[in-house]
Amino acid sequence: MPGLIDKRLIFVAGKGGVGRTTVAASLGLAAAARGRRTIVCEVARQERVSRAFKREGVGFHETELATNLFAISIDPQESFEEFLAGQVGSRRLAGLLFHNRLFEYLAAATPGLRELATIGKVWELAQLERRAHLAAPYDLVIVDLPATGHGLAALRTPQTFGEIARVGPVRRRADSIDSFIRDPTQTGVLAVALPEEMPVTETIEFADALRRDMGMSVDLTVLNSMLPERFSAADAEAIERANGGHGAPAVAAALRAALSEHRRARANRAQLRRLRSAVDSEVITLPYLFEPDLGLEEWSRLSNDLERRL
Amino acid sequence: MSVAELLEGRHVCVCAGSGGVGKTTVAAAVAMGMAARGLKVAVLTIDPAKRLATSLGLEGLDNVERQIPAEVFADHGLEMQGELWAMQLDAKRTWDDMIERRAPDRATRDAILANRIYQQLSTAVAGTTEYMALERLYELHEERRYDLLVLDTPPTRNALDFLDAPDRLSRFIDSRSLQLFLRPGILGVRAFGRGTGLMLAMLKRITGSDLLRDLSEFFGAFGDMAIGIRERARRVNALLADDRTVFLLVTSPRRDAIDEAIFFRRRLRESGMPFGAAVVNRVHEGVHETADGDDVVDDLVALLGPKLGRRVAHNFSDYRRIGERDRANVDRLARELRGDPLVPVPLLDDDVHDLGGLAAVAEHLFAEEAVPA
Repeated sequence: MPGLIDKRLIFVAGKGGVGRTTVAASLGLAAAARGRRTIVCEVARQERVSRAFKREGVGFHETELATNLFAISIDPQESFEEFLAGQVGSRRLAGLLFHNRLFEYLAAATPGLRELATIGKVWELAQLERRAHLAAPYDLVIVDLPATGHGLAALRTPQTFGEIARVGPVRRRADSIDSFIRDPTQTGVLAVALPEEMPVTETIEFADALRRDMGMSVDLTVLNSMLPERFSAADAEAIERANGGHGAPAVAAALRAALSEHRRARANRAQLRRLRSAVDSEVITLPYLFEPDLGLEEWSRLSNDLERRL
Repeated sequence: MSVAELLEGRHVCVCAGSGGVGKTTVAAAVAMGMAARGLKVAVLTIDPAKRLATSLGLEGLDNVERQIPAEVFADHGLEMQGELWAMQLDAKRTWDDMIERRAPDRATRDAILANRIYQQLSTAVAGTTEYMALERLYELHEERRYDLLVLDTPPTRNALDFLDAPDRLSRFIDSRSLQLFLRPGILGVRAFGRGTGLMLAMLKRITGSDLLRDLSEFFGAFGDMAIGIRERARRVNALLADDRTVFLLVTSPRRDAIDEAIFFRRRLRESGMPFGAAVVNRVHEGVHETADGDDVVDDLVALLGPKLGRRVAHNFSDYRRIGERDRANVDRLARELRGDPLVPVPLLDDDVHDLGGLAAVAEHLFAEEAVPA
């Protein structure tokens, strides 16, 4: 079985605000540094990856951001048009379809059709023989999934669709996608969590649901934003003793900040232990960075961290 | 003033915001604080962490409200003058209940419930969970059993999706026009434009004819119910805009969350929704305004010795950077609010996931000076 970074397709999953995009981008940088032609796919129209590279508006175009590193923002509508154009054999004919009111209704009414097109585009990017525009193949496709619940729904889409359409080319495509994403030699799942109660619980539940619903397992769990252990218990006691005995407000604020860091870092470690004991996958950590905003520079730092642990 | 005054006379409080900012926590703390003050309050949550339900003395929640036993509060030394009820929304159940109520007869009901398109609806049509949250809110509002309903909105990819949900559902229901067309032998082709016949043949080839048949059946069975549901969606929208409703915009002080909050505030203003306050959750506070680690390092070294003193000073500089970032982001949001209140909730040392944590958050929300006058 290939290691995570040697697979063709990696889904990065996690609850909102846990740093999914940061991890997806850092992983992309790490893979590109190994010489693998890599593309990071965003599906939430936010284009945070390309923005960090000062390349806004990549849209539905595979855009090279750095050596071996590409990005695309996957739009369901455009994916769907591309898929249909492939099916009817002509962009012009597909365009006619899209301007037909009946077709608009149908696309809106069929559950999961747009979602299927989105995951279908991801699948297409991961194929060695690309269907679209005779494009060059990628060694690795990284997908920044929507927040946990939605993320699982996205992976389940081909299956869901199979329950609706029993025959026809769309069904056949759905089946191909489904077997590709369930194939552990091709596809991997990376779960991102924060070292806090609710995100850790959600991550454990996500791993269970992934196994139950898809028969898939999480390959790697990244516990992001771990506060450094700057103060030992003995340090904290000394700080506690000094705290309150000092009048200057700035000094008091510094002591409080140290105690807060100590307590929160300790709580972080407790969550790390809880996560490790509850999930089967390896759990690695990424540090909390005391930076106002994370951008390319911070991602590079984190990608070095990831690189060492992969 | 406090959040209590902000909510005075309101029947519905909608907590909105992007994912991961602590919406569920704020919604539960608001509900708890108002119940403690003597109101009968129900909080509707979408996806509470199990620990939260357990800490409220509930073994999991389902689509029906349940009261949090008074002794749970007493155990934490909290006074509860009113009642706190909680419910976890189940979108599929709410759909099913709606079909049960609205179907004209048993045959129609059974046909819809068994239809494969319907069965995938609540999971696969974007926006249905959001809409069903509003539907359940409206139902409870109509029953008038509570003084206040607090809605924790679903974790949408984008906070705006939530406001669009009623419209999106109406549009979906409108696709019943498809049914007219899909029925064999109908003369409706002209209404859809030229080339439709050719297109239909193409579609059948691509999607398989049974999909089209299922769709046709589904919309056929929906028939007249669609009109009722659309009317209902209109009234749900009216409830959101009512002056007894109030929106609390929940955000974190991080840049992307603040960006989204600003966007959402504009959208609320445009659609005339009643805005209450922005709640900025987990702000790094208590960091000194002017001093930095360098300014206090000598004092700290004198107090704690050279090694520990320097580390405490270094840590202080780091905290201050994050504190300044938070303040700059909060100020940016405050400017956008044009005088509407902004309530900061400090980052607490303990992770908030139980009743004690909720009480700590509530204490900040309900402090006399929480909302600047």
